[in-house]
Amino acid sequence: MKARYSIFSLARNALNYHQDWRQAWRSPEPKSEYDVVIVGGGGHGLATAYYLAKEHGITNVAVVEKGWLGGGNTGRNTTIVRSNYLWDESAAIYEHSLKLWEGLSQELNFNVMFSQRGIMNLAHNQHELRELHRRINAIRLNGIDSEILNVEQIKAFCPILNCSPTARHPVLGASLQRRGGTARHDAVAWGYARGADSRGVDIIQNCEVTGFRISNGRVQGIETTKGYIGAKKVACVTAGHSGVMAGLAGFRLPIESHPLQALVSEPVKPVLDTVVMSPAVHVYVSQSDKGELVLGAGIDAYNSYAQTGSPLVVEHQLNALVELFPIFSRLRVLRQWAGIVDTCPDASPIIGKMPVEGLYFNCGWGTGGFKATPGSGWVMAYTVAQDRPHPLNAPFGLERFTSGYLIDEHGAAGVAH
Amino acid sequence: MTGYRVAGRGRVDPDARLRFIFDGRSYEGLHGDTLASALLANGVHFVGRSFKYHRPRGIMSAGVEEANALVGVDRGRGRYTPNTRATVLELYDGLTAESQNYWPSLRYDIGAVNDIAAPLIPAGFYYKTFKWPASFWNKVYEPVIRRSAGLGRAPTAPDADRYASRFAHCDVLIVGAGPAGLAAALTASESGARVILADENPEIGGSLLSDPAVQIDGKDAWNWLEEARATLAGRANVTLLTRTTAIGYYHQNFLGLVQRLTDHLPAAASSLPRERMWKVRAAQVVLAQGAIERPLVFDGNDRPGVMLAGAGRSFLNRYGVKVGNRVAVVTVHDSAYLAAFDLARAGAGVATIVDLRRNPRAALLAEARSLGIEVLSGWTVTATKGRARIAEIRVNPVDQNGKVGAARMIGCDALLMSGGWTPSVHLFSHSKGALDWREDLQAFVPGAPNEAVRCAGAGNGTFGLAAALAEGAAAGAATAGSAGTPTVFSVDGEAPFSGVYFRELPTDRDPTRAKAFIDFQNDVTAKDIRLAVREGFRSIEHVKRYTTNGMATDQGKTSNINGLMIAADAVGKPAPEVGLTTFRPPYTPTTFGAFVGYSRDAHFEVERKTSIDSWAEANGAVFEPVSLWRRAWYFPRSGESMHEAVARECRATRRSLGIFDASTLGKIEVVGPDAAEFMNRMYTNAWTKLAPGRCRYGLLLGEDGFIRDDGVIGRLSDERFHVTTTTGGAARVLATMEDYLQTEWPDLKVWLTSTSEQWAVIALNGPNARKVLEPLVQGIDLNGEAFPHMAVREGKICGVPTRLFRVSFTGELGFEVNVPARFGLSVWKALIEQGRPYDITPYGTETMHALRAEKGFIIVGQDTDGTVTPHDAGMSWAIGKTKPDFVGKRSLARPDMQDPKRKQLVGLLTEKPETVLEEGAQIVDGPYAAVPMPMIGHVTSSYHSETLGRSIALALIQGGHGRKGETVYVPMPGAMHKATITDTVFVDKEGAKLNV
Repeated sequence: MKARYSIFSLARNALNYHQDWRQAWRSPEPKSEYDVVIVGGGGHGLATAYYLAKEHGITNVAVVEKGWLGGGNTGRNTTIVRSNYLWDESAAIYEHSLKLWEGLSQELNFNVMFSQRGIMNLAHNQHELRELHRRINAIRLNGIDSEILNVEQIKAFCPILNCSPTARHPVLGASLQRRGGTARHDAVAWGYARGADSRGVDIIQNCEVTGFRISNGRVQGIETTKGYIGAKKVACVTAGHSGVMAGLAGFRLPIESHPLQALVSEPVKPVLDTVVMSPAVHVYVSQSDKGELVLGAGIDAYNSYAQTGSPLVVEHQLNALVELFPIFSRLRVLRQWAGIVDTCPDASPIIGKMPVEGLYFNCGWGTGGFKATPGSGWVMAYTVAQDRPHPLNAPFGLERFTSGYLIDEHGAAGVAH
Repeated sequence: MTGYRVAGRGRVDPDARLRFIFDGRSYEGLHGDTLASALLANGVHFVGRSFKYHRPRGIMSAGVEEANALVGVDRGRGRYTPNTRATVLELYDGLTAESQNYWPSLRYDIGAVNDIAAPLIPAGFYYKTFKWPASFWNKVYEPVIRRSAGLGRAPTAPDADRYASRFAHCDVLIVGAGPAGLAAALTASESGARVILADENPEIGGSLLSDPAVQIDGKDAWNWLEEARATLAGRANVTLLTRTTAIGYYHQNFLGLVQRLTDHLPAAASSLPRERMWKVRAAQVVLAQGAIERPLVFDGNDRPGVMLAGAGRSFLNRYGVKVGNRVAVVTVHDSAYLAAFDLARAGAGVATIVDLRRNPRAALLAEARSLGIEVLSGWTVTATKGRARIAEIRVNPVDQNGKVGAARMIGCDALLMSGGWTPSVHLFSHSKGALDWREDLQAFVPGAPNEAVRCAGAGNGTFGLAAALAEGAAAGAATAGSAGTPTVFSVDGEAPFSGVYFRELPTDRDPTRAKAFIDFQNDVTAKDIRLAVREGFRSIEHVKRYTTNGMATDQGKTSNINGLMIAADAVGKPAPEVGLTTFRPPYTPTTFGAFVGYSRDAHFEVERKTSIDSWAEANGAVFEPVSLWRRAWYFPRSGESMHEAVARECRATRRSLGIFDASTLGKIEVVGPDAAEFMNRMYTNAWTKLAPGRCRYGLLLGEDGFIRDDGVIGRLSDERFHVTTTTGGAARVLATMEDYLQTEWPDLKVWLTSTSEQWAVIALNGPNARKVLEPLVQGIDLNGEAFPHMAVREGKICGVPTRLFRVSFTGELGFEVNVPARFGLSVWKALIEQGRPYDITPYGTETMHALRAEKGFIIVGQDTDGTVTPHDAGMSWAIGKTKPDFVGKRSLARPDMQDPKRKQLVGLLTEKPETVLEEGAQIVDGPYAAVPMPMIGHVTSSYHSETLGRSIALALIQGGHGRKGETVYVPMPGAMHKATITDTVFVDKEGAKLNV
């Protein structure tokens, strides 16, 4: 076991100028075979490994990662956590996830800085207001916290927001989930990695999967840049490249991959104490503990695996930001980047068994996978361990695209009149 | 003349004195100064506090790489800007700036306890603590962390400035107007190519601005520079942009340039925009970004007064400021000697040069000797002293075996350091060009390009003036292909330029205790980097993220390479194997407003108005936003509430005549020999047999089989369809159609044209519609048999061309008059006049919604939400059963699509007729279930029906089609309402009113 992290261990180590800290995870060479190999060392993959070990006692597990762990969308997203989803199936899995978030720092003994500063969704026209009400009614009947704010309440909650009735898209109302918020994305990957490693999981970085060995319809192992690794079961958690991995395994997924861009501003003293999202004006923004404004918006329209996007999209999201927060206009963009998101036709993920026996995929989270990290890993671990989905992820199987049981989370059709 | 100003030096104007205020105190500077040079001229080094430890910090550079000297600039209300680098902030009269990140004062800052607590809070400490008790994170720990983090304060008022943007195309874009960039521009523009030359500085010249003594083509550098400037300015094909930063290099040679237009001017009275974003598409790009000097890593290298040697030279030669009266130098590179020599000649006392190298060039040693400067070669600096400004350095000899000898203290009031130079490969790296490691430079240089780009000069790892000029000229010539001939330049008086590279300087002290900074702003020390590696963060990206090295506002310009070196040693791999983190745009922090440009306030997004909008406004309409349009919502008469107005409009339409502006409907002209086949494939309905002159309600699905759009479609001839779409769906439908046409069915001969804005559409609805229309129409027989429901005719109305549709979205006798938009208003007015005898009543979208709901007509996006099939919506009749295929057909065959338990569109009548359900209210089977309560559907549309004198609603309910007559419950805030499931048509079920 690793030394626990605490203020006391910090103080103790300070005496020795921090020379004795153990590594948070090992960097082992792969063994010849594992009970389970997880492809993809992002948050979801590492969480899967962690819960496999912790909840199911399966510790002969490797996580193989092409680059550095947490280097994909885990380290690129805008860190928003919420569970205010419309449909029962979504609400259940995201709420399960949110509950795990609420104890995650203690569970992992690693401060993931989950900050429940609330998340506010704005409505700017009658259509959005109607959808907002529908959503809130459904969420509340599902027992999840959410409330409607009128313009006065919005002003009080977020005084710097432009609530002028003469704005180009005046704010008419908002929903607020107070339990929503943000977390420190890297810490989530690191915390799970440390937790999984301490339970015996091998985390193997710089190890790219180049193929699957499949015989008689059953997966036998994976070919990698570090050689062949045998596996009784393989779980693929490779957001951004799920379609590529499925191709290596010989089947196709109903997934399109798009760049999704984000950016941060230079740090400033606290000015925004919640997360604000506006689907019509089209931007979402929060302020990190470091003081940077963290912004995102929609995907780039074209399909791509290049982790860069079009400057036009950045321009649009800044237009939207300054429209909502005119006082931000003189702040500066510090850094912009892109990740690749795998999107499903119904904007819901695929978590479950695949056409190859012993092969499982967890993918298609689109633009919103980060918030699901704990819950996603938890149900994926169950699915792999039991070879069947947990009731929470049963509705999210690949078969729904042939059955037609879709869970459309596009935020309603977004069409007006 | 202030204390540190050197007469006769620099490009500042000694006669143009300016007053400025820093931290409430008034100082004097000169025109041509930056805030940094002006402060230094006044002897002010201590200008800020660092991010984490709140350590006193001074000006460390003379350029954009500045990590310490960030200030807030106040130009009046709406013009406060935090985090501005003093080193690039041009001085103007009245400039008012403040230092940042302290409380209560710069000198006495409570936050400085963090420095004392530093042993407790190494890199990543916050991941290890603040977890207990759990509730304290949000309430106690995090608020404290947030308050102590951040740098400057955010503005509090909306930005009072405006911004501009423009597109530009050119043959050659050259970034950087130093020697290499100038040589490239002079050569490339000779052939007549359209050249844009951009430089972030107020004037061109780059390193030449700090090196006046060198000679090019027999002229002093500055004279040569002036001639080069005049030559370029005289060429019509050259656009010279100063104060213009290339911020990002995107796909296909697309670069963003930000030009600063007013920040250097005294008042904001100018009508100029503050900044202008140039969006440049260049056939070829030459990058001549230069190089950035590396700090040296040693204990106490961050004290105010410690700065890069090149900066010390720039402050002297460019701004006429000596950075101290007793200057010490520590270096591993020749270039620092030049700073020392220039300062010594200018009368600044230069005490000592500490050179880590054992055998510096003889020529340098000789010159140092002649200037009376002591050179300690083979020595190291192991500590510094001084609180608000450096006062002493601790130096030690290092023997051949690396053993550090006894220390000696040297007094000084400034310490210039040089760790060598790092080529600026930022933009090249944005463009995904490969980087090559140069062992001799211990740095990455541009390798194989990914775009049409060449690199030249120091930014390409080519150091030395002559070499940079030659490489720039060659790059410029190469842009003209074989036609280009490089200009040849001769250089005299060039100084030597070589050095070695160190990680941390050798020391006799315990390096685990040293505060040897790498990232000055984020307070990342060498030991932090080693700690990260020790804890398993071996990837350079992990090191960066764990320590925050390179994540400050300078984005690692001075810290990344030093961080890499130390990380590589700790990991035990060569530096190129460890590699750098990805360079991300923008090159320097870029104002949000510059991206926004004109797209602010009313110009954020265009507000679309119909040609009849002005009439509606004049007649008291209340508007609602619908996608980008504003639409008349209702027309209250004086004293009427919305409810009363809508009720009156509904009554008038049902009883006599209503008029409605439907111009926002999307319209697409589908034309060509294969138009009918195209329509067959796109829409669910069958189109082959639709006769010209007839209309049909069309339903468009997504590939998933769910309703995406709808509208009435008229066939004007065999090869021409007039398609209407929803208001919000217009662009999306056209894009979908084009997508299919171009990618799936390129064989079809069909042309699509958006005509949404070309046609104004006036809907006349009510029993008296025909009577009012008839006298105004020419060439169309309006008789019910000649022109039946769902027909379209072309003719004239009020003497202008019209496409007249007989359709109804209200259930009343209805016509939709399409006229060219420019006639919309006059035809509308003519109809209003003609309708007076029938009390013609303009109505808005609310009445339109209520009337259509009474008839059970759906609104896509309100009664559907992307999960509704035609069958769910009760519109199986709209599916062409015999068609081989249409978009979505295959999906409709999936088993779940046939499930009788799917949510289906039904009507709802509340038990209490006055109860108008909330749109979006959820529906449950039993009223007493506990939360989480199983939901069986939701209310999609809900109105007071004036016609029925009670409320009506539409809803999607599980298995609804089979549950008519059953009771369901609708929980709403404060009440549980009971309602009965009904058919969706509430009024005139037989459609008798339509067929008259």
